[in-house]
Amino acid sequence: MSLDPVLLSRLQFAWVIGFHILLPAFTVGLASFIALLEGLSFVTGRDIYLRISSFWTRIFAVSFGMGVVSGIVMPFQFGTNWSRYADATANILSPLFAYEGLMAFFLEASFLGVLLFGRSLVPRWMHFVAALMVAIGTLFSSFWILSANSWMQTPAGYKIVDGRFYPTDWTAIVFNPSFPYRFAHTVTGFYVTTGFAVAGVAAYYLRKARFVEEARLTLSMTLWLLTLLVPLQMVLGDAQGLNTLRFQPAKLAAIEAHWKTERRAPLTLVAIPDQNAETNRFAVEVPELGSLILTHDPDGEVPGLKQFPKRDLPPVIVPFFAFRIMVGLGLVMLTIVLLSIWLRVRKRLFETQWFLTVVQFAVPIGFFAVLAGWTTTEVGRQPWTVYGLLRTADSVSPSLTGADVLLTLVGYIGVYAVVYPAGFLMMRRIVRAGMSGGVETPIGGGRSASPVRAQPESSEQASA
Amino acid sequence: MIIDLVPIWTLLIGLGVFLYVLLDGFDLGVGILYAFARDRAQRNLMMNSVAPIWDGNETWLVFGGTGLLAAFPLAFAIIMPAVYFPIFVMLLALVFRGVAFEFRFRDRESVTFWDHGFAYGSLIATLAQGIVLGSFIQGFRVDGRHFAGSPLDCFTPFSLLTGLALVFGYAMLGAGWLVLKTAGKLQSYAREAGKVALIGVLAAITVVSIWTPLQDADIAHRWFSWPNLLFLSPVPIATAAVAALEWRALSRDEIAPFFYAILLFVLSFVGIAISLFPMIVPHHYTLWQAASPPDTQLFLLIGTLFLLPVIFVYVGWSYWVFRGKVRGDIGYHDG
Repeated sequence: MSLDPVLLSRLQFAWVIGFHILLPAFTVGLASFIALLEGLSFVTGRDIYLRISSFWTRIFAVSFGMGVVSGIVMPFQFGTNWSRYADATANILSPLFAYEGLMAFFLEASFLGVLLFGRSLVPRWMHFVAALMVAIGTLFSSFWILSANSWMQTPAGYKIVDGRFYPTDWTAIVFNPSFPYRFAHTVTGFYVTTGFAVAGVAAYYLRKARFVEEARLTLSMTLWLLTLLVPLQMVLGDAQGLNTLRFQPAKLAAIEAHWKTERRAPLTLVAIPDQNAETNRFAVEVPELGSLILTHDPDGEVPGLKQFPKRDLPPVIVPFFAFRIMVGLGLVMLTIVLLSIWLRVRKRLFETQWFLTVVQFAVPIGFFAVLAGWTTTEVGRQPWTVYGLLRTADSVSPSLTGADVLLTLVGYIGVYAVVYPAGFLMMRRIVRAGMSGGVETPIGGGRSASPVRAQPESSEQASA
Repeated sequence: MIIDLVPIWTLLIGLGVFLYVLLDGFDLGVGILYAFARDRAQRNLMMNSVAPIWDGNETWLVFGGTGLLAAFPLAFAIIMPAVYFPIFVMLLALVFRGVAFEFRFRDRESVTFWDHGFAYGSLIATLAQGIVLGSFIQGFRVDGRHFAGSPLDCFTPFSLLTGLALVFGYAMLGAGWLVLKTAGKLQSYAREAGKVALIGVLAAITVVSIWTPLQDADIAHRWFSWPNLLFLSPVPIATAAVAALEWRALSRDEIAPFFYAILLFVLSFVGIAISLFPMIVPHHYTLWQAASPPDTQLFLLIGTLFLLPVIFVYVGWSYWVFRGKVRGDIGYHDG
């Protein structure tokens, strides 16, 4: 098999974005959580919030640093590997990328330094503001990058001249048809991901009977949040499904491995889709449920893959299974949330060991769901970079050979294979070290004239 | 569109790239000098002198990259595939040195590994950026709207020289920063290192300034034709003068070494701009030919003109919070 620069560039992009997205999936929610804790501490004056916040800020520092450096890799991919895509779409997409940098990255980076290192240098309210700005920055970032991604899924507000896109209506571009749904669904997914990660750590402490007061507060807060967000996320996911049916019917048909356009369509629970034979093997189906779920009408028409040219279809098996993994994980999340309500009513939430074990092992569940969802929507978009308009095969840099891309792909795999496990071990170490050591003593009234003998950030850092 | 936005965007991208070179330049430079630090206490201080601000500095790289894509997309689409490998190496090097900040201090068993990651990451990222600069000045093989050469074309003796030049340049900036931010032995070390770097910078500037017009008739004509020779002669003369001031300042001043190092970068930057203007893809496309349509430039300009001053305010504020000599008790420490 000769080395195909398109396939290898796709693998490289999938690799670098797959690892990058794990970090915003965590830091978007964590930044908001830290801002909330700093705000609660500022308003109530209770130290417990500050202890929890300081602990999570240490985790945040590690994950945010990794998010920054893995994120800088991303815009350069468009130029190095996807230069024809860059040339064709830059007139429309590049301002969205640039606005992400201008509105989000500078805000996050500037206030992050103060959040991490400045507690003893700025007034208490200012430290809260710094936390808030970092959180707002992460949301701005999500806004612009998801707007750009959504435009590639559901392009709007453009005209095409000489094979390149030109803007005609910026409002239509930024708020393209799938953007509001994708933004809501993705950001909620990020909050849910953080919620399970934070709750899992709290459950771990409760099982070990360490930092019990802090862990109870954390677990209670996050489970309330998840009680609200997990069901909401399912509603939002359903709304995005309806949007996909309307604007990307071939993608929806691939997600459902639905071959024949029909009314009263069944829902395929599991199967092995066979793209060559245009049918499903070993299918388990529920009659009429497909139309009901996908169109909200038992008589609704569900598009079939056969109605589209074969060369316009994604590899069906990937979005089909990725979607089922995402939904399956969502159902597990819902079960955990329902159990938590039941235990809370019985006032057994903090004492039920098996439940705490389940919550602890659910730490990575959101990350897997985010990756599965991302795979569903991105592979489902194939064979296009701009849906229906620009093919992936026509997007790659013409000068690249397969060997060039193979070399860099191996490099990215090698470096991420060192950095990501190291980062994970680092965070695990922070968790093991625990919330003790308390908080640096905040010094009111800004910087004093003489050097201040501030407390070390925490005792175990000082002794580390 | 009545107003031509291309000059405005040229200035903005120029400013963004320059701020990147300046700001990440000094923290990459601190990373280069880090390899020569005497002990762990010095390494801690060096790293802490840039810990609160490095990621803001690196953000200018994203601004430069996405700004170039937005204002001059054709240049982005041609240049990036041409410098495929140096960009790849730079990105991985930046990953290593970026995570080294947190990892070095959390992962005590592997502290030496992350120390190397920080120092070599900084060095290699700088070398790669210099190679990008050199191959950009030399120009690329272009066919229509695409780069038509091989991704290995960018490795030339000239681009390796500019790579080396940038290593000395960033080291000089980093030394200036350390003189400003530290005291005692570390500051004395920074003064000495700054002098070594300055000699390297001057040697590199001289060779590049002779080599560039020799290999490029257009650039030779730009500098040596009359009356340009008269108008442009202040640039090399000022460079020599500032270099002399920098040498003196490195021996005795606190702030001036950093300031003159910046000025040397300004002059080199102006020199490159004079050589290349109005080309953004040398020999092939001018700024105007590579520009995105006025609609795109205007849409981004409106927000940029509003946001940039705000960014300057809070970036300035974040530097203000951490002003003064770097302290052992703020940031990462051994306790």
